[in-house]
Amino acid sequence: MRHTKVVTLEEAIVKSGLKDGMTISFHHHFRGGDKVVNLVVAKLAEMGFKNLHLAASSLSDVHAPLVDHIKNGVITKISTSGLRGELANEISHGLMKEPVVFRSHGGRGSAIASGELHIDVAFLGASSCDELGNASGCPRSENAKSICGSLGYALPDAKYADHVVVLTDDLVAYPNVPKSISACDVESVVVVDSVGDSSKISSGAIRDSKNPRDILLAKQAAKVIINSGYFKEGFSIQTGTGGASLAAVKYIRESMIEKGIHASFALGGITAHMVKLHEEGLIGRLIDVQSFDKVAAESIAKDQLHQEVSAVEYASADHVGSAVHALDIVILSALEVDVDFNVNVLVGSDGIIRGAIGGHPDTAEDSALSIIVCPLLRGRIPCVVPKVTTLITPGKGVDVVVTEYGIAVNPARPEIAERLKAAGLKVVDIHDLAAKARSIIGEPDALPFGDKVVGIVMDRHGKVLDEIRNIVD
Amino acid sequence: MEIKNAVAGTLESGDIMVQIAPGEGLQVDLQSSVAAQFGRQIKAVITETLTGLGIDNAYVKATDKGALDCTIRARVTAAAVRATGKDVWKD
Repeated sequence: MRHTKVVTLEEAIVKSGLKDGMTISFHHHFRGGDKVVNLVVAKLAEMGFKNLHLAASSLSDVHAPLVDHIKNGVITKISTSGLRGELANEISHGLMKEPVVFRSHGGRGSAIASGELHIDVAFLGASSCDELGNASGCPRSENAKSICGSLGYALPDAKYADHVVVLTDDLVAYPNVPKSISACDVESVVVVDSVGDSSKISSGAIRDSKNPRDILLAKQAAKVIINSGYFKEGFSIQTGTGGASLAAVKYIRESMIEKGIHASFALGGITAHMVKLHEEGLIGRLIDVQSFDKVAAESIAKDQLHQEVSAVEYASADHVGSAVHALDIVILSALEVDVDFNVNVLVGSDGIIRGAIGGHPDTAEDSALSIIVCPLLRGRIPCVVPKVTTLITPGKGVDVVVTEYGIAVNPARPEIAERLKAAGLKVVDIHDLAAKARSIIGEPDALPFGDKVVGIVMDRHGKVLDEIRNIVD
Repeated sequence: MEIKNAVAGTLESGDIMVQIAPGEGLQVDLQSSVAAQFGRQIKAVITETLTGLGIDNAYVKATDKGALDCTIRARVTAAAVRATGKDVWKD
């Protein structure tokens, strides 16, 4: 007998058995264009729910309406990879009684799989879905409105949550295959006007930079890679967010063509640059946990060698089979790096949360070569400091720091320093970079932190790594 | 020294906009994106620059977007030259 799971959002919530105090989850594949979190939480508020734990794969500027839902007691706990904008500012100033729990993408996947982060009801936006719940981030009809490509961060939720609701703005005929989320994992399907604005995926941290300093840093990072000893036939690579790390790919491409070197795979957030290299035959496979732009989302829809992976398959520390373990080179950005090579990508130098952990600690720890690209200063804010404001990625996983004032190599990797020096690159002591920054900006006054813990940073193995305190104006 | 209203600088990131107006003593009203860590230093640079130019009476409104000290000195000096009509680079 033909069945349908299509119901209204309110019916789906009632059917899920959601109760006050339970955990709800969301993915962030639409990044700054997400419409699902605000829509669902507004409905939950209207239905009178209180005391919910919101466990999102990440949150951004667009989620400012959560501030009111927190004030009204609808949401009393948050777990996420990051926070930005007004919500982040309010939380940094002590909005919530309970601290926000921050995890990396791999850490979140592991925590969901192990049951440490138990999800009662997952609300997962999808670009297409059939009436039984086979869902995808790819377009499957001419009515497709919101396309996000990979649904990698939603897959652990779909697999492990007690109850799964898929929201879609394009209900298509059964069977919606190839699928990312299986109908067998889905209890309800809700049709909404829009799950997200695809044009805002490639915004914020993943915009393409025209800043000349970013381009200089990107060129330096490319030289580091080419001379690192890891740039050889069959290597693998990932680029994190940030203008310089994304742009570095362009310069590596030139050298790959010149030397006839091919990459076996590119991992992570996949961008148009990576798709281009793949289509040119320079990168064999694209392993995509998150499509960072329209080109990547279109590529995963049509190219069998461009494969979606879940957050667990991508970066879990618990599985030796997760892709980060096979990763040779990763280029990452940073808000701050300290003289022990520790990195902060979450809390601004003003003490306010303004970023996301993402896959930073996952890829840094498990890759063979991790390269941090950051300017020495952003305005008057130093990026190379004596001690990071908040510890996100421990220095033992960080190998090279590229700045416009020179390249610092972790003393634990002397062989890399030797190779870079032999190639004529300016290798400097990281203490000299921190001192150089201080000589330009002076000695900053201490940040006005209060006594309240507003955030807990978990490492990717499930242990507390650091805590974030409130800022007092 | 007679002071007229004058302004120098922009609100671009890494710059500072300095407005000078007549006042009693040196009063610096600073808004800065890096106030918590650098407000004290920025005010000191503004005051020292003005005093060095012989200006002891003025109201200064500064809107800072993370400018370095060299930029702050240049913008304050330019605003002071416009406010006093005294070209410190030429004279």
